[in-house]
Amino acid sequence: MMGWNRLKWFFPMLILAGAILVFILRSSVNDYILSIICFAGINIILAVSLNLTNGFTGLFSLGHPAFMAVGGYVAAILTFPVTRKAMLLPALPSWLAAQQWSLLPALILGGLCATLAAFLIGFPVLRLKGHYLAVATLGFLIILQVLITNLESFTRGPLGLNGLPLLTNLWWVYLWVVITIYVCWKVKHSSLGRSMLAIRENEMAAECLGIPLSRTRIMAFALGAFFAGVAGCLWAHLVTAITPTSFSVIMAFHLVVMVVVGGSGSITGATIAALMLTSVVEILSPLEENLGAYGISEIIISIGLLLILIYRPRGIFGTQEPAFLVKQRQRVSGEVGRSLSYQNGKGGTS
Amino acid sequence: MVGYIAQQLVNGLILGSMYALVAIGFTMIYGIIRLINFAHGDIVMIGAFVTLGLVISGQIPFPVIIILVILAGALMGIIIERAAFRPMRGAPQVTGFITSLAVSILLQNLGILLLTAQPRNFFCPDYLQTVFNLGSVSLRTIDLAIVVIAVVLMVFLVLLVRFTRLGMAMRATAENLKVALLMGININRIIMLAFAIGSGLAGVAGMMWGARYGQIDPLLGFVPGLKAFVAAVIGGVGSIPGAMLGGYLLGFAEVLFVGLLPPIYSSYRDAFVFIILILILLVLPTGLLGRKMEEGV
Repeated sequence: MMGWNRLKWFFPMLILAGAILVFILRSSVNDYILSIICFAGINIILAVSLNLTNGFTGLFSLGHPAFMAVGGYVAAILTFPVTRKAMLLPALPSWLAAQQWSLLPALILGGLCATLAAFLIGFPVLRLKGHYLAVATLGFLIILQVLITNLESFTRGPLGLNGLPLLTNLWWVYLWVVITIYVCWKVKHSSLGRSMLAIRENEMAAECLGIPLSRTRIMAFALGAFFAGVAGCLWAHLVTAITPTSFSVIMAFHLVVMVVVGGSGSITGATIAALMLTSVVEILSPLEENLGAYGISEIIISIGLLLILIYRPRGIFGTQEPAFLVKQRQRVSGEVGRSLSYQNGKGGTS
Repeated sequence: MVGYIAQQLVNGLILGSMYALVAIGFTMIYGIIRLINFAHGDIVMIGAFVTLGLVISGQIPFPVIIILVILAGALMGIIIERAAFRPMRGAPQVTGFITSLAVSILLQNLGILLLTAQPRNFFCPDYLQTVFNLGSVSLRTIDLAIVVIAVVLMVFLVLLVRFTRLGMAMRATAENLKVALLMGININRIIMLAFAIGSGLAGVAGMMWGARYGQIDPLLGFVPGLKAFVAAVIGGVGSIPGAMLGGYLLGFAEVLFVGLLPPIYSSYRDAFVFIILILILLVLPTGLLGRKMEEGV
């Protein structure tokens, strides 16, 4: 029972330590570094929530940036100062033009709209599997970009909305990082999470055990989309601008890198991978600008991903959560099923 | 009005030829190793830049340029297969897909690093730019050349796959990889060949793309590549005639969508193509000419 007590206290202590760290950082570090830390936090929210869809349930989605865009635009229109709205978005319906919300309700509504979008697109698309689902969600991302570009009365088209109020700060990001990790952790160790893992490992077996396939899939998709929407709002109010190309295929690629590097299904792995990727990007981008070697960071990231896929296909940290965080009876073992399905899929070519 | 529609149909034919050439590569690679090769579109970009380099470098006759571009594309395909996809063989489907996404991003950014992201003007020799009129349809020599080259290459490919021992080996491998291996077919060679042929055709498509639109940049391959994938899905992934049919159908559909609807809708053309993709995947996952898939969708 020692382990139980340790765990009972570990998470609150971790949250408290994080809060103290946020407090110290906010008083000691300059704004530039703070904004990088905020980006890292947003990436953690994204990676952990995408892990719910991609990692737990095995629904390989590239549509996460699309849900960020939905959340980001909804929140941006709501928090935009009324005077600026009158100037930049004259065609906005009057009931919308009169709104000027604060961050939290805008975040939640943005997240809910992203969830709604996930339901709408999920019902048809989640019938697809494997890489077809990936292509369909990528198609959804492109369709959404086209829509945003063309709905000029709401989004100002390709120009995007700029001069958003800078509402995101490290406290908000930290709050949502904690909420995201908490919810995903709880889901993973609940019956819903077990159902998700079962679907990932063997769909037919899962269905035979009475797991409702489409309901579980859509739950995973929509829950991931909610956090993506929230992350999109945080992102928009950190950058203070949002354009149709803000949420691009490159972003989808980065998110996939985080999930793969962290080991699909591992929350700790996704968190660490998000931190790593943010640091790599932030270290390399000044290099890019100083040397004029544009593209070098993406080259390094993609080669890194290829090497990991070849040599560590289960991610740097493996698909298990670290042992000290998990009670023995709670440990989710995906390993046996994993290696079996890997062998079955082998093409017999070597 | 008739003249306008005729012109649109000709435009569709040209666009469709390019989609068909790229779609063939998708379909061949998918047919053999069940991989959606995202990086295929970027071979189009490489083909366009190789052509530009050759055109600038001197008086190389046009037919020689075509052959060199095919070879360059094929070489690129072989390198990619060797370096990225072969080590991944036998891994789950999605891993292959992620790999190809990484290769695609890698190629695009190598392009940006080496050639900058600035769009460049694509030079076309003057004798290919001559405009002539057929009734109310106006064409440049290059437009005609695009259609003719595409058709010749496709006929050549169909003959190769249907009537040679190599083609038989390819069909056998696509049918069942393991059994083909047991029959003594050198699988590695066949897979490499599929990449080489597909990428060679994509390279030519890149030459055509540059010549038709006059400007090229390192990201140009991405959207045409995705659309060619849509074409392959329409025709039925895995079927070579299906890819050709799908390419032309998509070419016509896209051009007519832009040409016949009011201009407000023309900026929705990419969305239109991907809505077609999602609909086809849901309603007719095997495409028009594809066979029933055992796993797949």
